[in-house]
Amino acid sequence: MKLFSLFRGGSAPVARERLQILLAHERSARTEPDLLAVLREEILAVIGRHVPFEPDKVQIKLDRGKLVSTLAVDIEIPNGHRTAGIAPQYSKLKLDGSSSALNKQVA
Amino acid sequence: MSERTSARVVVVTSGKGGVGKTTTTAALGAALAHLGDKVVVVDFDVGLRNLDLVLGAERRVVFDLINVINGVAKLPQALIRDKRLENLYLLPASQTRDKDALTEEGVGKVIGELREKFDWIVCDSPAGIERGATLAMRHADAAIIVTNPEVSSVRDSDRIIGLLDAKTEKAERGECVDKHLLITRYHPWRASRGEMLSIDDVLEILSVPLLGIIPESEEVLRASNLGSPVTINAALSAPARAYFDATRRLKGEQIAMQVPSESRGLFTKLFGRKAA
Repeated sequence: MKLFSLFRGGSAPVARERLQILLAHERSARTEPDLLAVLREEILAVIGRHVPFEPDKVQIKLDRGKLVSTLAVDIEIPNGHRTAGIAPQYSKLKLDGSSSALNKQVA
Repeated sequence: MSERTSARVVVVTSGKGGVGKTTTTAALGAALAHLGDKVVVVDFDVGLRNLDLVLGAERRVVFDLINVINGVAKLPQALIRDKRLENLYLLPASQTRDKDALTEEGVGKVIGELREKFDWIVCDSPAGIERGATLAMRHADAAIIVTNPEVSSVRDSDRIIGLLDAKTEKAERGECVDKHLLITRYHPWRASRGEMLSIDDVLEILSVPLLGIIPESEEVLRASNLGSPVTINAALSAPARAYFDATRRLKGEQIAMQVPSESRGLFTKLFGRKAA
């Protein structure tokens, strides 16, 4: 259906859907702090307490969706660094935060 | 002025530039004056004034809003009376580059004085969300949010609606500014082909009652070129009629909403010219 309307040149439905998703997030951001931003900060702070990592070795991807938003934090941790709480065989730590419960608080 | 009830302060705002705030301020102001009310249109776009130009009063500006705020001029000295409509007045913006010249206290005082003299005080907001825009909406009883059926305009309108609900005097008193949505530059044929957001799309997204739909028209450009509001210059044209309907709704009349339809006949379609 979407593809069909795109093919026909009717891009208004896409515009409408993009706006609805965007504005749902912008409206909630006006009244409450941005949950995903808070999570990102706190996750990094917790990891930083156990392992030193370089801030520019951290990739953060955010995708704000209509029903579900995802926050993916990809942190490169130097090998040979062993600290309590982090399994030594892991050289890369990947956190994928994605749940509808998370989104409920965001949207 | 004798039988006048209380004055109404209306801000014409949008967030985004170029959507038709100044054109709308001029057209609505002229329509209100034409219908017999005493109207002042106030330009809040300090440094980039244009309401004087759209109203054809650019050569008659002596004093401006900032001069009144600073006490350089008295309010009656700064008000410019329209040459066509005796009920219509303009309070121009200053061309100063100093944005801080507009103070909250000063604006409040001027609006208070204008309330004594006029039925309608229509404030033309600058684009953006900075000082000029927030001061233009500060004392508003009602707001006209001018929106084009286009993603960036709708997003910015949503932001402005948030400010109207938070940063105005009325909002701070726990009341609500009366919000009205005015959709401008509407292309019926683009909407009908799904190339442009429809009226329903915009209304659903913004959830603000609709004041009117102004079709895209060369008459609007022509009116600006001539320095005469479209409601005076081409009173029977489609955009002028839409502005008059919007004006009556603003005054509280119940008028059925007309969604502009494709007015091009077979001949004009074939030869690609718009119907006059």
